[in-house]
Amino acid sequence: MSRRIVIPFGPQHPVLPEPIHLDLVMEDERVLEALPSIGYVHRGLEKLVEKRDYRDFVFIAERICGICSFIHGMTYCHAVEGIMDLDVPPRALYLRTVWSELSRMHSHLLWLGLMADSMGFESLFMQAWRLREHVLDDMEATTGNRVIQGSCKIGGVRQDISNQKLREIANGLDQLELDLREMVNVFINDETVKHRLSGVGTLSSKQAWDLGAAGPVLRASGIANDIRQTGYAAYDELDFKPVVETSGDCYARTVVRAKELFTSIDLIRQAADKIPDGAIDMKVTGNPKGEFFARSEQPRGEVVHYVKANGTKNLVRFRVRTPTFANIPPLLEAMKGLELADVPVVVLSIDPCIGCAER
Amino acid sequence: MAYMKRSPWIIHYDGSSCNGCDIEVLACLTPLYDIERFGIINMGNPKHADILLVTGAVNEQNRQVIRNIYDQMPEPKAVAAIGICACSGGIFRECYNVDGGIDQVIPVDVYIPGCPVRPEQIIDGVVQALGVLEEKRARMKAGSSAEAGA
Repeated sequence: MSRRIVIPFGPQHPVLPEPIHLDLVMEDERVLEALPSIGYVHRGLEKLVEKRDYRDFVFIAERICGICSFIHGMTYCHAVEGIMDLDVPPRALYLRTVWSELSRMHSHLLWLGLMADSMGFESLFMQAWRLREHVLDDMEATTGNRVIQGSCKIGGVRQDISNQKLREIANGLDQLELDLREMVNVFINDETVKHRLSGVGTLSSKQAWDLGAAGPVLRASGIANDIRQTGYAAYDELDFKPVVETSGDCYARTVVRAKELFTSIDLIRQAADKIPDGAIDMKVTGNPKGEFFARSEQPRGEVVHYVKANGTKNLVRFRVRTPTFANIPPLLEAMKGLELADVPVVVLSIDPCIGCAER
Repeated sequence: MAYMKRSPWIIHYDGSSCNGCDIEVLACLTPLYDIERFGIINMGNPKHADILLVTGAVNEQNRQVIRNIYDQMPEPKAVAAIGICACSGGIFRECYNVDGGIDQVIPVDVYIPGCPVRPEQIIDGVVQALGVLEEKRARMKAGSSAEAGA
């Protein structure tokens, strides 16, 4: 009978870009239990709605998280537009879709790189981040900024992308797709990667569903749940299928995200073909009154923004349910019985975004 | 001593940042900007590091963590505040759990404002921090030789 020990993991840890702390209750090399403590990045920004104009708050909503920032801003706008019953011009909805998918690609590439880093595959990490710069260049060309765009606003978007520029972006994706196929091939077929990821941190579909997993973690366990299918923004006019894997381990989560890159490329191409001409924003007058839940699919899973307004320029309540928060209970379950050396890989496999989770 | 001039090792801590600046810090290390080619390496261990890069503002929970990392770093050391949140609290300044810039907890040598900062700015800040390291080192040397002479 070996002795039980507790090993602290984090908050400052080489594999984590962000601080989260886990107490790992170990017996020998095996994790019996993981106890999380969070709160290192809590800012309390939900309460800022009481001090800021609801139109200005889009900028703060975008800064819930720097990685999925566009989608946070967009979801907040959807919520306020839902209360005010605004008919956002279709061109704006298409542009939002394009930026959402670019965000998803940059986030997935970022994650694939970090995942490779966590298993010690440094060259693959660098390749993923090299390709990510292509997406960031498109972001910068269309919005003027690399990671936090500030291009969404209530009633539409701030900048237009000309049809010609959209075409250029779609054409540029052809080369990127070839490069991505080469890189994704390594993630999917390389023996080293399979050896590190297969059978590690497995969640059955029942476990994933019962524990409330979201996004790629849920889809990797065989449940085809993708909020984009609810058809917000322009998704109802575009054709795509959620990527699903069945094995529920770290390998499946990697494959889901890797394949979603190509879904995003395809969606951007479709959007560039179908985008209607017209206005990109509308005049918004008055203040919202009422409440609304807006849901969208972030790179990490479903995000819910709840907004309550009382007819003044400040909102009464703003609440966000982020995918990382939903994915922490499944993570703790997946960590039971792991070897210590696999802990960083499994923690990263849910794509933890602590900035989102703690706000 | 010349070895200090070019290749500092850095350590990065995320205070309460939104990640925007963090991923730009990482972007500095990866192929497009690639400061690793100058031997600038991101370390996980504070005792190996010369420059501390902090993103995000100070809050109650991370106050001591930042202090611990800083205290463990060997002299001479430099601190760069990355992004407007680390400089002053930025857009989150009025949040109830944000106390302001990291200069409340540890001395800051280089302020790099921006929301988020661009990798070019971060690299420029690290280069400035190199100058700070040199100065501190010169001062340490002068101090120890004065002691030896006395």
